[in-house]
Amino acid sequence: MSWWALTLAHLRLVLLALAVALVAGLGTGLLSSRRPRLARAMLALSAWIQTVPAIALLAVMVPALAGIASLTGLRIASIGELPALIALVLYALLPLVRGVLVGLSQVDPSVSLAARAVGMTDRQRLMEVELPLAAPSILGGLRTAAVWTVGMATLATPVGARSLGNLIFAGLQTRQFDQVLEGCIAAAGLALALDGALAWMERRARGRHAMHSLRAVVIGVVFAAVLAGLLPLMSRRDTGEPIRIGAKSFTEQLILAEVMRCALTGDDTSIEVHPSLGTTVAFDALRAGDLDMYVEYTGTAWTTLLGRDEPIERERMLREVTEALERDYHVHVVARLGFENAYALVIRDDDRATHIESLATRPGLRFGADYEFFARDEWTRLSSQYGFSSVEQITMDPSLLYEALHAGEVDAIAGYTTDGRIDTLSLRVLPDDRSAFPPYDAIVLASDAFYRDHPERIERLRALEGTIDAVRMRHWNGLVDGGERTPQSAAGEHPACR
Amino acid sequence: MQTDSRRGARLVLEGVTVHRGGVAVVREVDLSIAPGELVVLIGPSGSGKSTLLSAIPRLIDLASGTIAIDDEDIQRRDVHALRRSIGFCFQGLGLFPHMTVRENIAVGPRLAGWDAARIAARVTTLLEVMSLPSTFADRMPDALSGGQAQRVAVARALALEPPLLLLDEPFGALDPQTRERLQQELRALHERLGLTTVLVSHDLSEALRLGDRIAVMIAGALVQVSVPIDLVNAPGTDDVRALLAPALEHARSLLALVSRDAP
Repeated sequence: MSWWALTLAHLRLVLLALAVALVAGLGTGLLSSRRPRLARAMLALSAWIQTVPAIALLAVMVPALAGIASLTGLRIASIGELPALIALVLYALLPLVRGVLVGLSQVDPSVSLAARAVGMTDRQRLMEVELPLAAPSILGGLRTAAVWTVGMATLATPVGARSLGNLIFAGLQTRQFDQVLEGCIAAAGLALALDGALAWMERRARGRHAMHSLRAVVIGVVFAAVLAGLLPLMSRRDTGEPIRIGAKSFTEQLILAEVMRCALTGDDTSIEVHPSLGTTVAFDALRAGDLDMYVEYTGTAWTTLLGRDEPIERERMLREVTEALERDYHVHVVARLGFENAYALVIRDDDRATHIESLATRPGLRFGADYEFFARDEWTRLSSQYGFSSVEQITMDPSLLYEALHAGEVDAIAGYTTDGRIDTLSLRVLPDDRSAFPPYDAIVLASDAFYRDHPERIERLRALEGTIDAVRMRHWNGLVDGGERTPQSAAGEHPACR
Repeated sequence: MQTDSRRGARLVLEGVTVHRGGVAVVREVDLSIAPGELVVLIGPSGSGKSTLLSAIPRLIDLASGTIAIDDEDIQRRDVHALRRSIGFCFQGLGLFPHMTVRENIAVGPRLAGWDAARIAARVTTLLEVMSLPSTFADRMPDALSGGQAQRVAVARALALEPPLLLLDEPFGALDPQTRERLQQELRALHERLGLTTVLVSHDLSEALRLGDRIAVMIAGALVQVSVPIDLVNAPGTDDVRALLAPALEHARSLLALVSRDAP
């Protein structure tokens, strides 16, 4: 997706969120302006929302919406723009509500008294005197909200909303730093442009033209948001629902998403890839039918999704995972791709350790892993079976793990067996003699609705069975991580893409 | 002043008590003011005189008692219409900072639904009455001096030709020369328009100079209402005497000073 299209998508998200927050913030602010207790409660509530880290607020919207959807039976999308919008609106409320309330409370009491004394009604006093005098503060709040929202919208990628964050997340992942830079510059430019425009209106709102300026901004933002909301309706020609492919936050997933895209290309339906999703976000979205498919790994499904922890033989695990996912979650395993991407304990080749045991007792061991690892059962089992004691846990983006190990910033990492950098950076996998890690066969999962409604597409996905071995996967990953290829061009070597 | 030919209103207060924060700050005040009279309400700060004044346009509620304007109880009137029929001007002025002088003066007539031509004529008249050059009409309040702002505030209070004008320490923040000039102008204006005026002040010389009658408030109660000369010659209570003492002492020492330096 092009830089320009993502900038527009980003702007769309920001405008929609700002318009809703502006109307809600003004309404809340005005309603509570003559009710001090309500005002205090609203400020406390919006300040409390602010204390939730932005990315957590975004992520928590996915299960929240999925929960609401399953409770009410309503058709609500739990990933994509909706969760991003709700989180952005909640975040933007504080500066707006505060802008309204502070602006109104700072009106000179003698001016308010004069307004009453000349015989204004409460409404006239608000509209003719207090609101115009609060306008600079309200527009200042909107300005803060706009800058925050532009920034926070880059974090909307992991919940499946398209934004400039896609460039940043994917670029970091595939080491295309020019892409990261493009995303950052575009987001910064957007923030500066909005800030500048609103600063200009804020200055105009001091003095005689306060109400004009305030009204112009409210109408402008709402109008722009309506336009932005209509934009995709006008540009989208096909009436069918797009096919939605999920990808988790590492290189291999982006390549596999492109392979699935190839397998399904040919219909007139458009295909969307939602990248950088966490495991549970992707799985919740698949269950809710907001994603049609993504690639999961049997070991991850076994531990993280099904909550099992006993080790089990490879074929039995695949069978049980297939049955349990279908029975408990109506999610279908349609193909085993033919390789395993296991978690593995990776060290530098020149490290003297030959077994995990000798590493486990090393004092002050610095252990690097991805965002999920230390919260997963694999870590619990690894540390209990091998007796890891004084470990310094270091969490970082999976794309940075290998470099960090290579550079000596960590002593060991929980890597992935298909990662091409194990060879290129002179790293070594330690054998897992005590089977702390379960098998991790790559499998294509499909949602129940997609499975039932599109049997011919399911057949095309089934044709991917056994078409990718570990050597080939590691080779592709190496090409992309080395910056030589994009995920799309690496996937181009797969028969489905030729 | 063809538009201001109406005479002033009769203002009658009976047993007026006002509470603030559960405390009676005005207690059982009886006061009857004749049409066209100028009464100065005087007393130390905290004596309740400003509170009593704000109760007349119902900016604060009565705990008990009645206030009647031209024999009509203010509680029976629509509160916004009541306020439009009273010119109210207080020390903070409260000029609307986002409106020009013209718009400030025109607020009342605009809310009352006057047409544009009538409003424009009224603003011109009021600027003249208040001795403000017509070029001031398009100035913003922050471009006015203290005295000019005061004149604009009085003009705004007079815009709807009210029969009753209430002034709460209107000249408190001004320099002595400006204050004296405005006092003279106010007295002249009051006589020309035939208004009923109640002016709150803590300055005895202002009260003596302006008032047809002076009403003295001490600790929420009205203790004496007299013409100026009676107040000075026959203070009704020790409190009133104490209130007068510094001013009289000041006048005496000035006299002594002048007689010693005389050739």
